[in-house]
Amino acid sequence: MEWEVVIGLEIHAQLATKSKIFSGASTAYGAQPNTQACAVDLGFPGVLPVLNQEAVRMAVKFGLAIDAEIAPYSVFARKNYFYPDLPKGYQISQFELPIVGPGHIDIEVDGNIKRIGVTRAHLEEDAGKSLHADFHGLTGIDLNRAGTPLLEIVSEPDMRSAKEAVAYMRKLHELVRYLEICDGNMQEGSFRCDANVSVRPKGQQELGTRTELKNINSFRFVERAINHEVERQIDVIENGGTIIQETRLYDADADETRPMRSKEEANDYRYFPDPDLLPVYIEDSLKEQVKSELPELPAAKKERFMSQFGLDQETAGILTSTRELAHFFELTVEASDNAVKLAANWISGDLLGALNKQSLDITESPIDPVRLGGLIKRISDNTISGKIAKQVFETMWHGQDSADDIIEAQGLKQITDSGAIEAIIDTIIANNPKQVEQYLGGKEKVFGFFVGQVMKETQGKASPAEVNKMLKQKLKK
Amino acid sequence: MHNKTLIELAAGLRSHSYSSVELTQHFLNRIQQHRDLNAFITVSEDIALQQAEQADKKLASGDAGFLTGIPLAQKDIFCTDGVKTTCGSKILDNFIAPYNATVVEKFNDAGAVMLGKLNMDEFAMGSSNETSFYGASKNPWNSDTVPGGSSGGSAAAIAARLTPAATGTDTGGSIRQPAALCGITGLKPTYGRVSRYGMIAYASSLDQGGPMARSAADAAWLLQVMAGFDEKDSTSVDHPVPDYSADLNQPLQGLKIGLPEQFFSDDLDQAIATVIQEAIDEYKKLGAEIKSVSMPHLEFAIPAYYVIASAECSSNLSRYDGVRFGYRCQNPKDLEDMYTRSRGEAFGAEVKRRILMGTYALSAGYYDAYYLKAQKVRRLISNDFKQALSEVDVLMGPVSPSTAFKLGEKTGDPIQMYLSDIYTIAINLAGLPAMSIPAGFVNDMPVGLHIIGNYFEEAKLLQTAHQYQLVTDWHQRSPHGFE
Amino acid sequence: MSLTADDVKKIAHLARLGIDQQNIDNYTQDLSRMLDLMTQMNDLNTDDVAPMAHPLDQQQRLRPDEVTEPNQREKFQSIAPQVENGLYLVPKVID
Repeated sequence: MEWEVVIGLEIHAQLATKSKIFSGASTAYGAQPNTQACAVDLGFPGVLPVLNQEAVRMAVKFGLAIDAEIAPYSVFARKNYFYPDLPKGYQISQFELPIVGPGHIDIEVDGNIKRIGVTRAHLEEDAGKSLHADFHGLTGIDLNRAGTPLLEIVSEPDMRSAKEAVAYMRKLHELVRYLEICDGNMQEGSFRCDANVSVRPKGQQELGTRTELKNINSFRFVERAINHEVERQIDVIENGGTIIQETRLYDADADETRPMRSKEEANDYRYFPDPDLLPVYIEDSLKEQVKSELPELPAAKKERFMSQFGLDQETAGILTSTRELAHFFELTVEASDNAVKLAANWISGDLLGALNKQSLDITESPIDPVRLGGLIKRISDNTISGKIAKQVFETMWHGQDSADDIIEAQGLKQITDSGAIEAIIDTIIANNPKQVEQYLGGKEKVFGFFVGQVMKETQGKASPAEVNKMLKQKLKK
Repeated sequence: MHNKTLIELAAGLRSHSYSSVELTQHFLNRIQQHRDLNAFITVSEDIALQQAEQADKKLASGDAGFLTGIPLAQKDIFCTDGVKTTCGSKILDNFIAPYNATVVEKFNDAGAVMLGKLNMDEFAMGSSNETSFYGASKNPWNSDTVPGGSSGGSAAAIAARLTPAATGTDTGGSIRQPAALCGITGLKPTYGRVSRYGMIAYASSLDQGGPMARSAADAAWLLQVMAGFDEKDSTSVDHPVPDYSADLNQPLQGLKIGLPEQFFSDDLDQAIATVIQEAIDEYKKLGAEIKSVSMPHLEFAIPAYYVIASAECSSNLSRYDGVRFGYRCQNPKDLEDMYTRSRGEAFGAEVKRRILMGTYALSAGYYDAYYLKAQKVRRLISNDFKQALSEVDVLMGPVSPSTAFKLGEKTGDPIQMYLSDIYTIAINLAGLPAMSIPAGFVNDMPVGLHIIGNYFEEAKLLQTAHQYQLVTDWHQRSPHGFE
Repeated sequence: MSLTADDVKKIAHLARLGIDQQNIDNYTQDLSRMLDLMTQMNDLNTDDVAPMAHPLDQQQRLRPDEVTEPNQREKFQSIAPQVENGLYLVPKVID
C-alpha cells in the first residue's frame, strides 16, 4: 500500500527579552542554578505575574510577519499539571484566545513553493529544568529557565514529508532571527520542536492516529526522528497493529523513538483564564508601530536581490538566509564599487566555505565587508587576477591588512605593461622552437604550455587575458 | 490605653503621654494575658519592640507620620519578611516569608509597629476560624462561640483590645462576617483598591485586603495606608486615592439607601431583622431616604461563588508541592508519593474539599457546566448591583444570618457553613466595597450592619458608617473581661 | 448530582491530594452535596450572558522589559525542604 505522511509542528521559540515574561528576573543563559529565579518564578505564596511588554511586541511582530491576524483581545490561561520543574503547578499559557491567529509560511522543497498554514501562535512561560545527574538517586531542579517567554507556533498538519517539515522549521528559524525575536540557538534550547506525525493510506481523507515526538532539537534530528516514526507507524499498521496516540521521545543516541513514561496517563489540564492577569488588548496603533519597524523579510529580500542585483534564485537564497549575511553582502557590494557578481560569488563561495571550515558565523568573519569589498574592487579593476586574489584572501583571513596593503607589500600587482609582457613572450618563443613548431603544426594544446611559461615567468602577475591575446598574435605564422 | 482610638493614640504619642515602646509593651502584655483567645498565631515581640524604638526616635525628631509608633497586627495571610507566615495551614507552618506583602511594606513605611500575625481559617477558607491548623480563635463576647472567619483572629483581637486595629482579607465575607460577629468595624474595599502582592491567594478574582478596627474613623486611617496602585499586582487599579477622613463629618442628609428585598426574606432571623431595622431607622433620623430595591439573581450567588472560589483555589494551591518551601512528607518513595502525601498530610479537610470541588469543576467535560456557568451568573449578579446602585447611594442589610454560633456547631456540615456567607459573597462576585459596623446585640452577642457602596466609593461608606457611629455607641461596647 | 468514591479518587489524583481510604466516603458525600448546591445555577438561563472573569473591566498593564530582580538564592533556599549545589532536590523524575 502507498502511504501518505501527515506532519504538523509545534515550535517553541524563546523570545529574546532581557527579563522574564512575568517577572523582572534575567533570562540570560548559563547562570548558576536558581540564581535567576525570583520569588515570582519560584511560585512563592502571594506573588503575582505582570506581563512583559516586549514579549507582547515580539509576538505581534511575528504575527505581522506571517500575515496572521493579531487578536485585538487575548487571554492568558492556566494549564494545570504537577511537575517539579513547574513551580506553580500550572503553566501560564494561552488557550482559547491566543495573541496570534491564523497565518502562513511559504516553504520551498525541490524547487516547488508550498504554503504551510500556521494555526496560531501564543505566548507562554517556559518551565525549569530537571537535572538527572545523580544526586543520591534524586533529581535536581534548576528554575532559572522558568518564566522565560516562549512563543509557541503551531502549524496546520500541512507537511507531507520529513523534508517539508525541516524546510518549514528552517524557514521559521530564519524568520524569528530576521525579526530578532529569538536568537535561534538550538543547543541552548532557544528554538525547540515537537512534531505530530501520522500516516494514512494515500487518497484517504481521514487523518490517522498521531503521535507526538518530543525533544527533536536539531534539523537533522527532526528529519531522522520523523522518518523513523513514519517507518515505525507503517510497520505497526502493516503488521495488523494500531497506532496509539501517545507522546514519544526521540533518543538521538539510539536513533529511535520510545514512549515517554511521564506522559503515559492522559492529562486533564483544566485550563481556565488566569485570574491574576487581565485580558490583553492590542490597539491598532501598536500594530501600526510594530509594522513600521518590521525589517525586510527573507522572501522580500530575496526578490529584491534577484531584481536589484540580477542574482539567480539559488545565490539570492543563500545570501538572504540570514539577515546578517544579507547585510554583509550589501555592505560588500558597496565597498567594492558595485562589483555585484564578484561579491556574490566570493561570499557564497570562498567566504562561506572558509567560515564553514572553522564553524564560524558570518558575524564572526575575520574579514569584514569593507576589506572584502576592497579585495573585490582590485579584481574587478584588473589590479590582480582571480588566482592572486585567493592568495590575498588567505593573507587577509589571518591578519588585519587591507587588500591594497597586501598587494603592495607582496608586489602582487598584475603586470599591465604590455612591453614587459611582450619581451617575456619573445624570449619564451625563442627558447622553445620545438613547441612553436608543434603549435604551428596544428597542436593547439601546446598553447597552454606557453601561457603557463609566461605565468611562471611573471609569478602569476600578468593579466591572463592580455597574455592570451599577445601569445595568439606572436604565434601567428 | 487599649480603649483609645487611633487618633487618640497618635495624639498621645505626640504629646509623649507614653512612648511607642510603652504602648507596644502594653498590647504585648494584653496578648500574653489573653493567650487563651488564640487570636495570634505568631507574636513578633522582638520585632515589635525594635520597630517601637525606631518609632520613638522618629516621634522625638518630629519625623513621624500618622501611624508612626502605633501597634497593629497582620492577618497571617500577608507575607512578612523574616516572620513566619502560615496562612493558618500546616503546609506553611515552617514558612518564614522571604519578602513583605505590599500591604506590610506600606505599614512599615508608615512607621506602624507589628505586634504579630493573626489567626485565620486555613487559606482563608472558612467562616468560623475553625479550619485553622492552630485551632480556632475564640469570640471575646462568649468564648464558647466562634469569632467568625476567615479573619477571625483579627476580629477577636480587636474586640478584646489586644490590638487597636488589624488587617483582614475578604474573599466571600472574611472581613465583614467576623467583624459583625465580634462587634467591630470592617471594610472590604473595591477589588483592586488594595494590592494583593504578598497576600497569599485563595481565590484571586475575589480576594481583597482591607482594614479592621473599632470604628469607621480608625478604618479610614488604615485604608489610607493600604490603598493604592501597585505595579506588582496586575489586578491593582490605578485610581486616585482620596483622603478617606476628609468627608467623615459631612452629614448624611439626602443619602439614598437601598434595601435589597432579597436581604430581608423570611429566612432572616427575626431578632437580627429588628436590629437592622432599628439601624435603618437611625439613618432616617440622620436624613437618609430609604428605598426598596430588587436583585433577582442574588439567590444564585452561593453556588456561583463556591464554583469560582473552589476552581481558583484548586489551582492557586498547587504550588504547595513540597519542592521549594513548606511542608514535605517524610521519606517520599517517589515523586507522586511526595506530592500526594505532602499535600494530603498538610492540608486540612475544608481546603481539601474545595481543592477537590474546584478540580472537578475545571476538569474536562464539566468546565462549561460549572465554571463557565458560574462566570455568567457572576455577570448577572454584578449587573443587579450596578442597577441597584444606579438608583441609590448605598445598600444596607444584615451581614450574617445569625450571631456568633457555637464552636463545633457547624464543623460537621460544610454546606451549612457555606450558607452563613449568604449576605456577603455576592459583593465579592461584583467586586464592590462593603462594610460591617456594629449595630446592636441579640442575646448579648453583636450584630453587624452591612453597608455596600459603588466601586471606589470607600469614602462614602466610611462617612455613612462614621455618621452612625457619632450617634450610637455600639462600636464602643467592649466584651466582659476585656474592658 | 452524585459522585462515586471512584470519581473522588480520580479527582484527588488529578489534584495530587492524598486522602485516607476511610475518609473517601465522607468526601464523596460532601462533594455530592456541594454539587447539588452548585447545580442550582441551572435554574437560571444564561444563554446570552458574557462570562465575567474579573470584577472590573480593566485591561492588562504591561511592564517594561527590565531586569529588576537580584539573585536571592541563598535566602530563598534557606527555607527549602532539600537543596544541594543550588538545586532543589526531589525524588527521581522519569521522562
